[in-house]
Amino acid sequence: MLRESLKMSWQNIIQNKMRSFLTILGIVIGVTAIIALVTVVQAVIDNVNEQFDSVGANTLVVSAQGTPLKQGLTDKELEEIRQIDGVVGIAPSINATMNVYRNGVVYEDVFIDGKNELFFQRNKIIGNGRAFNYLDVEQKTNVCIISGEFQKEAFIGENPIGQTITLKGIRYVIVGVADGSDNSVMTLMGGNTTDIYVPYKNLMDLSGQNRIYALEIYMSENAKSTKYISDAVKQYLNTAFNNKEDSYSLIVMDSLLDMMKSMQSMLTTALTAIASIALLVGGIGIMNMMLVSVTERTVEIGLRKALGAEPRLIQIQFLTEAIMLSLLGGIIGLMVGLGISFLCGAVMNIAIHISWGAIALGVGFSGAVGIIFGFTPAKKASELNPIDALRSV
Amino acid sequence: MAEKLLEMTDIVKTYNIAGEDQVVLNHIDFDVERGEFVSILGPSGSGKSTMMNIIGCLDVPTSGRYILHGKEIANMDQIELAHIRNKEIGFIFQSFQLLKRNTILENVELPLIYSKIPTRERHERAREMLERMGLGNKLDFYPNQLSGGQQQRVAISRAVVTQPSILLADEPTGALDQKTGQQVMELFAELNEEGRTIIMITHDKHIAAHAKRIVKILDGVMSEGVTEDA
Ligand SMILES: Nc1ncnc2c1ncn2[C@@H]1O[C@H](COP(=O)(O)OP(=O)(O)OP(=O)(O)O)[C@@H](O)[C@H]1O
Ligand SMILES: [Mg+2]
Repeated sequence: MLRESLKMSWQNIIQNKMRSFLTILGIVIGVTAIIALVTVVQAVIDNVNEQFDSVGANTLVVSAQGTPLKQGLTDKELEEIRQIDGVVGIAPSINATMNVYRNGVVYEDVFIDGKNELFFQRNKIIGNGRAFNYLDVEQKTNVCIISGEFQKEAFIGENPIGQTITLKGIRYVIVGVADGSDNSVMTLMGGNTTDIYVPYKNLMDLSGQNRIYALEIYMSENAKSTKYISDAVKQYLNTAFNNKEDSYSLIVMDSLLDMMKSMQSMLTTALTAIASIALLVGGIGIMNMMLVSVTERTVEIGLRKALGAEPRLIQIQFLTEAIMLSLLGGIIGLMVGLGISFLCGAVMNIAIHISWGAIALGVGFSGAVGIIFGFTPAKKASELNPIDALRSV
Repeated sequence: MAEKLLEMTDIVKTYNIAGEDQVVLNHIDFDVERGEFVSILGPSGSGKSTMMNIIGCLDVPTSGRYILHGKEIANMDQIELAHIRNKEIGFIFQSFQLLKRNTILENVELPLIYSKIPTRERHERAREMLERMGLGNKLDFYPNQLSGGQQQRVAISRAVVTQPSILLADEPTGALDQKTGQQVMELFAELNEEGRTIIMITHDKHIAAHAKRIVKILDGVMSEGVTEDA
């Protein structure tokens, strides 16, 4: 019996191709929007999360301007922070712009970043060559790592590893090339793109600074509590800066990540709500078409009843048709939506994952729309009086 | 005495028009025995279609008793009426009432679907029926690819295929020319020969004359007419 209903519904949809198409357009648009929005937003967020995750968890980001009397932090103070229970490492960050010389060519205002070996352990950005090691940093070895961008600028068609550049008259040997972009929190949060990395102690000497203003503090993965450690760090900094306001800022990456995640779910909810309106409109379109269809087929319904169709059966048939229509819209919308998603992914250069949740959402929604908006017309059809229906010929 | 297939006693049907009850069927007693071929003859507005609706279980009388094939119809609900129509009645309409979008085979299968006959048996029975009607080579045709007479034969096939107790025809020749109408009447006679009970409603006394028994209806009152053997 269900098969008959399906067949009859399909025949009816096919018979009125143009009208059926226009009817389901609303659903198609709604589902397309839902699928595309949810998939693309998810992909963008995944992409950002991935970058944050690689540095984010168990990390405190400190920016310590200090006070006029006591600016930044000294190496000794860094070592004391390092001793705080639960802290497993510190990556100071210092930067400067200076001119770089190579083979008589000057590269002006190159962005130089001073880091330690821990930074490179946390951020796997070395594509070619090696990262700094403990000795490089402690003994201020004259080594550097250049970015892919800088390689393109200064070493076209050459292998830069082992070659030298000159900073403030000192030759630095290139030991590595950083692949792609620096995922460090500071860069993500709007810093400059680094061209050249040198051990941070070297850069302190080169730029004549003896204080550190920015650092990342890495906490033990099985730390008792992030809050406990960050409180200890705060306490230390308060003491160091004499409880002066605005002398430093401290960001707990975990809470930043949490914030991002809640923003993501808010965004998804908002987008879904908007797309649902399109579905609602689509549903009304379906209801309209079904009502027209019931009116048009009054005689047919009367005849079917005269031949012995139970009211329930008539209802099932019209409901089947409404659901089929809207599911058809849903499936077309799904395809178009995924197509658009992959297109966006290609353009934005991010990976698109087909989310089963989104598919279930699109198909589920359109099915529900069919049931909800098909119910009234189907009920109306089932209640038609066969005599009135047959008389209207 | 032959078995009473249909027994109507004191049937009244009133319609309420603008607050006033209008009596359309006025205390009608009407019996039909198995194997009869009866025609109900009356002018326009006399209550023929109303009569047919009640006989065909599309409607229930305002008062009176109606027993069809041993079952009391008057108090049945829509679902029970649907089952009775499906099993006991074969409708034949003036305008054929075939589904345009379905092949004639599918049209004939339709009532069998509603009696939940399995697909294969359904095909078989519908095909056999159409073959009997001389339409065996047109099973996949659509109604509008057939002549009026052929369409009415499809409609008759659909009415007979369920083996109903009664064939109920409302102006079955109304949309046909005289010659084709004549052929349909011959078909009716043939079906009646085979033992099928036929009730035919018409305003045309020449058509009515094909029946073995004529009942006249005028202003909702029924009277037994001349019995003519065809
Ligand atoms: N649903 C209804 N509501 C009100 N009055 C009705 C209804 N159906 C029929 N009538 C009235 O009942 C009377 C008989 O109608 P019916 O359709 O039975 O006539 P008929 O004999 O079939 O006529 P015709 O030959 O023109 O089809 C008419 O006066 C009609 O107006
Ligand atoms: Mg009539």
